[in-house]
Amino acid sequence: MATNITNPKDQIATKQVVFKAFRFNADTDILPYYEEYKLIVTQEDVVLDILNKIKWEHSGSFSYRRSCRHGICGSCAIKVNGKAVLACKERMFNLIETFGTELILDPLNKSRAIKDLIIDKADFWNKYNSVQPFLIANVDKNPVKENIIKQQEADKLLNADYCVQCGACYYSCPAVEVNPEYLGPAALAKAYRFNSDIRDEAKIDRLDTVNQMGSGIWNCVKCFECTQVCPKEVNPMDKITQLHLQTFQEGVADNNVATRHAVGFKHSIEKHGLLDEGGLVFYSEGICGMPQHIPEAINMLKNGKIPMPWSLPKSKNLAEIKKLVKISSTAKF
Amino acid sequence: MAKKLKYALYTGCTARESTPELLQSTIAVAEKLGIELEILDEASCCGASHLQDFDDHLSLVLNTRNLCYAEKRGLPMVTLCNTCQLNSSMTKHRIDENKDLRMRVNNDLKQVGLEYRGTSDVKHFLYAIVEDYGLENLKNRIIKPLKNFNIAPFYGCHNIRPAEIQHHNNGGENPYAPNSLDNLIEACGGNSVDYDEKNKCCGFHVDLQAPDTANKLSGKALLGATDANADFMVTPCPLCHLNLDVKQHKIGEAMGREINMPVLHMPQIVGLALGIPPEKLGLNHHVVKAVYFEK
Repeated sequence: MATNITNPKDQIATKQVVFKAFRFNADTDILPYYEEYKLIVTQEDVVLDILNKIKWEHSGSFSYRRSCRHGICGSCAIKVNGKAVLACKERMFNLIETFGTELILDPLNKSRAIKDLIIDKADFWNKYNSVQPFLIANVDKNPVKENIIKQQEADKLLNADYCVQCGACYYSCPAVEVNPEYLGPAALAKAYRFNSDIRDEAKIDRLDTVNQMGSGIWNCVKCFECTQVCPKEVNPMDKITQLHLQTFQEGVADNNVATRHAVGFKHSIEKHGLLDEGGLVFYSEGICGMPQHIPEAINMLKNGKIPMPWSLPKSKNLAEIKKLVKISSTAKF
Repeated sequence: MAKKLKYALYTGCTARESTPELLQSTIAVAEKLGIELEILDEASCCGASHLQDFDDHLSLVLNTRNLCYAEKRGLPMVTLCNTCQLNSSMTKHRIDENKDLRMRVNNDLKQVGLEYRGTSDVKHFLYAIVEDYGLENLKNRIIKPLKNFNIAPFYGCHNIRPAEIQHHNNGGENPYAPNSLDNLIEACGGNSVDYDEKNKCCGFHVDLQAPDTANKLSGKALLGATDANADFMVTPCPLCHLNLDVKQHKIGEAMGREINMPVLHMPQIVGLALGIPPEKLGLNHHVVKAVYFEK
């Protein structure tokens, strides 16, 4: 071997980073704590390299899930400075660029921690299982030829099949955080994945599940945290929207405050172009649902936040809007 | 500044109804900074991500129609509401990327004599000020700096997520570490306050069907700002504002804590720092009064 070959490591940019790792052992600890590690990070490192470095070189008891190291098993998702990442995929230098050189390594959900970064994902899996996350079809057990799915049919999955069940979206979802009943983005994206599969026969069944008030699609807050965080670009928020659309398309949308609210926009636009905000609340809630809004309405009225019926703003060229609502409408309720 | 800034203003519904102070302060600030705004009187509601759950095609057509009127004026569109921004820019993104979709939308628009060409950009007024007008230019105009005020920025979801749709309109804001509003606060002479909820959701979109969720999310934000010693919050989104301000008393009850946190609209803090009298910025319309600015 020639001796003048420079070590390629010499040309790799490095940075010193202070890591604060969440440490907790549910068997022996009452409270969790953070342990600090000062490490040199290279531009080639992903988060998993750092977790390994901590375990192999500093603290052998440090625990985290890992398996494939190729972004396909979904085991290694954790949070860095609050951002959920797939540890084997997320580049350290990207995180340093966003958060600086002091990084906090947390489990996806601290209250579900079992040991260090390992959490109990039972809540995730229970909800996941509740949407029948598998193909339901009467398939020939002894087929004589391939069952070929055309590209245009496969495209309808909209990448929902890329999901690796890592839980990054679920444990970043603010609606899940405050409403433990909510199915969350991963289960809903999975419901869409099979509902959009041409071979599947349980679409209506699944829609009935995801359509439930309190736990289903109407509890999504539309914050796009799931879409932003997904390491596989599944775009769960889009799949939730697709499920909303499916409930109307299949005629299984219930008549409730949430569905009337969605439909009410069309009526308001057709009538005024702009929204009649008060009218929309009335249409959505119905007369029985109005009393709860009275204290706010009084406050708004007192502060000039409710226009009088005669001064309700309307769009110019309203006739044009009415015509478009007529010719472009594609949904029924 | 080299060139006078001019935009087509998409007011959205809220700035014309339940937050009139937003439109009022926007116009006052634009006038003061010499930014010309032509109001898109023809525009309709963006559907607020709810019509989008019921009828995707209709919402695309209506949002595209709004864009057509900005194009007709040869102007970029500015929005005042994060959700208007999302639905306008998402529509633009989808029909710019997909020729078939664009054709289907244009087929309908043709019947009312309109055609989408894709010539107008869409950005929120926050970024028109921060990116186009420039914070350095703004600093030169500040005559009443918001000195000694701790101000908590509340970004609102639909200006920063999904980044793929928004990043070319928002100066490449990082949704995990946004800083435009912090920088604007500092440019206005205030002290921007850091707290965990500043880039989180207020829950507005489930207010009717899941008020408990909405109250808790807004409550966490209000308490986050309170515990970070903020004197008031500021947001670019009137929907966040409605939740945080109008519902604050109810939210306090839900959280089991008394909350008293004024929430200002983004143009209001700029206006105050520019020396525009508070009454011209509509501060009297707030439910939780920003007493600091009362005479």
